[in-house]
Amino acid sequence: MSDHFEPVIVGFLCNWCSYRAADLAGTARIKYAPNLRPIRVMCSGRVDPQFVLQALRSGADGVLIAGCHPGECHYVNGNIKALRRFTLLRKTLEQWGIEQERVQLLWASASEGTVLAAAVNRMTEDLRALGPLRWGEKVLGDNGAAHLVVEEV
Amino acid sequence: MTENGKPKLAMYWASSCGGCEISVLNIHENILTVDEVFDIAFFPCIADFKIKDVEAYPDGYIDICLFNGAIRNSENEEMAQLLRQKSKVLVAFGSCAYEGCIPALSNLTTKKATFEKVYFNNPTIDNPDRILPQHSTEVAEGELTLPHFYHTVKSLDQVVEVDYFIPGCPPEPPQIWAVLQVVIGALTAGQPLPPAGSIIGAGTMALCDECTREKKEKTIKRFFRPYEIQPNPDQCLLEQGIICMGIATRSGCGALCPSVGIGCRGCYGPPDGVEDQGAKMLSAIASVLDVGHESMDEDVLEELIQEAVDTIADPAGTFYRFSMAHSILKRVKNGKGAA
Repeated sequence: MSDHFEPVIVGFLCNWCSYRAADLAGTARIKYAPNLRPIRVMCSGRVDPQFVLQALRSGADGVLIAGCHPGECHYVNGNIKALRRFTLLRKTLEQWGIEQERVQLLWASASEGTVLAAAVNRMTEDLRALGPLRWGEKVLGDNGAAHLVVEEV
Repeated sequence: MTENGKPKLAMYWASSCGGCEISVLNIHENILTVDEVFDIAFFPCIADFKIKDVEAYPDGYIDICLFNGAIRNSENEEMAQLLRQKSKVLVAFGSCAYEGCIPALSNLTTKKATFEKVYFNNPTIDNPDRILPQHSTEVAEGELTLPHFYHTVKSLDQVVEVDYFIPGCPPEPPQIWAVLQVVIGALTAGQPLPPAGSIIGAGTMALCDECTREKKEKTIKRFFRPYEIQPNPDQCLLEQGIICMGIATRSGCGALCPSVGIGCRGCYGPPDGVEDQGAKMLSAIASVLDVGHESMDEDVLEELIQEAVDTIADPAGTFYRFSMAHSILKRVKNGKGAA
């Protein structure tokens, strides 16, 4: 592996706004960081916190949840549910020692390709500054197989 | 021990409190039936056995071993491996062996912080020379060793193969007796055993299914800590703003805690189909939080929700009280890295 670190961001983009914003960013040929791995979900309210944890556990350096602006949700208030979950998840992740920048919530409407692209650029830089997460190796130690992880007391 | 043809039963405690043993003895007079059917092969809580007795048994000599307690140190793991080798059926008995339970809450901190607290910064400890237990110490008579203290607490199935899981902290005596009857039926009358790897001695639904409290639409404005509120005796505790893990917890105990006004702690682990109990609880509890409306300004909305969420004092410790070792992330980040 080279020393150069390229953050991996797993993105959960809602079908009605943010995924279309990503589409628009593409058709408008906006250049932005290629670090996002987008996954389309029907609504940001569909994003189970288990998805976020699983992404971090499986090697992502950060997770971006993106949905419609409050008041514009295709399902009326799915994005409000997403905001409530995200707020509680962020507080919990803080207890796990996971930096706030690693899990972000973004509102991007279907016309906001530039907003999405700018957010991905910004998040990529945030993660580059934080460094890799590599949960399996760095936190669990050999993906949890190591029992004796040296820790000076 | 003489050979009398009876099937052999063992029960061992690793990192545990001893409550599981008490729970087994709480099957009352049925313990006599257990004694009638089984020969006790190893049970340090109630009978005098040594590890060398177990080591002397041929492989698979013990028919059923109830293993309780989490894997905190190298001794726990060695005993798990030994008992796996000597047992036909190994059961992860109780929440510690099944999913880490209270010992695994220390995965929310680091080994360093744990040692600091236990050996240095504890009001009842006076340790001016900062002496810590060492794995090996040289004394005049030779080398003395202690087990290695692990970095991360693990569940039994994370170190050896496990045949069955019995959840609960501790498992409820009627459930233990029901499981023992199935085992006795299999051993004496050839009745079928449940499929390997299954969770036995518990239900499959969420605890709410067994809870008799009245449940309506959940609209929670804020959460209360137990001392802040006198719960209504008939209404769902969660609806009153008391954190009750019932919605993300497996049924099987008969909703004992909610029936006396205490929110479910979640000791029976997640119901079928849920991988991470804490994340599911977090998800459910956040989505019934009735704060903020889609017509509000984004900043106001965020502030209101943050305020309501801040009424939950310790989300990780509350939602993962019993399931830390089985959670997706398993422990907190300490930035030290693996050796």
